[in-house]
Amino acid sequence: MERQPKRTLKSPSQLVSDWASDLSAFKVVWGKAMMWIFLLSDTFIFGSFITSYASARLAASATNSWPPPKEVFALRVGETEVPLLLIAIMTVVLISSSGTMAIAVYHAYAKRKVQTAIFMVLTALLGLTFVSMQAFEWTHLIVDLGFRPWANPMGAPQFGSSFFMLTGFHGLHVTIGVIYLTAVAVRVLKGVYDRGSYVGVEICGLYWHFVDLVWVFIFAFFYLF
Amino acid sequence: MEYAETTATATKGEQHQPIRVYLIVWGLLFVLSAMSYFLDYFDVHPDWLRHFLITAFALIKAALIVGFFMHMRFERLGLILAILLPPLLLMALVAILLPEGNYVAGVRELFFGR
Repeated sequence: MERQPKRTLKSPSQLVSDWASDLSAFKVVWGKAMMWIFLLSDTFIFGSFITSYASARLAASATNSWPPPKEVFALRVGETEVPLLLIAIMTVVLISSSGTMAIAVYHAYAKRKVQTAIFMVLTALLGLTFVSMQAFEWTHLIVDLGFRPWANPMGAPQFGSSFFMLTGFHGLHVTIGVIYLTAVAVRVLKGVYDRGSYVGVEICGLYWHFVDLVWVFIFAFFYLF
Repeated sequence: MEYAETTATATKGEQHQPIRVYLIVWGLLFVLSAMSYFLDYFDVHPDWLRHFLITAFALIKAALIVGFFMHMRFERLGLILAILLPPLLLMALVAILLPEGNYVAGVRELFFGR
């Protein structure tokens, strides 16, 4: 071991390199392992939300007062009420964005800079569409139907808290994802990844697919059940 | 040393699966989503069958996304176990909170019930 001067031992970069000099356990790039572990912790957060929602909804079954999602989220097209129409469109948009992200990662493996960036921007735009539709849905629920986190005119007050908590937290993830995707797409175009590897795109993709994954369960358990 | 090796393989840019696989999985996700939507739209009875199918479709979609889109199929067992085993704990949470929900429902029936 070389003796280092005292001053460098206290420098921030020394601190970072100390913490980074562990042994690798998963044999993947550390950023990827960390993203997986972050997603695991996020799984627990969303898992807790969905479970507490299920418990609240079960408790409301005593008085049969849970507002039926089919009626709450119906959208009027012409004369007919189509149940869950907006939600179905939102699902299609998010699945499409997951597909474009997968193709972006596919191009990233082959180091095709422009194609990767194009598909990432496309993914971000679809994500933005999703958030906009969610903002529309929230506005409709709050302004037109009078839903609040603590009460609503259609029945069990827990509906509002469950709904705003679940979809709000998911929408926050989508919003952060759009920013993240844009940032990585800019880095791709600037050629940052050409110097090293394109694994940054894959890590970004992990996050985005996770957002889609959470929506799969919100769609199934909150809207369709 | 090993870290350098793994970074090296990552930079080689290995192509895991052909683009056809991504497109097939993408299509399957659409089909499964549409099927669960129509289960609800046509109000398939009995309830337990609809709930069972919606849950099953959601789990299949989740497996497709994690396996193919997130490339979990190509990871080492160590990483797969580290990520996929802990969510089983959530089953314990469900096992605690669902009976609790039932209990609260019972109490409400007792006091506000008809």
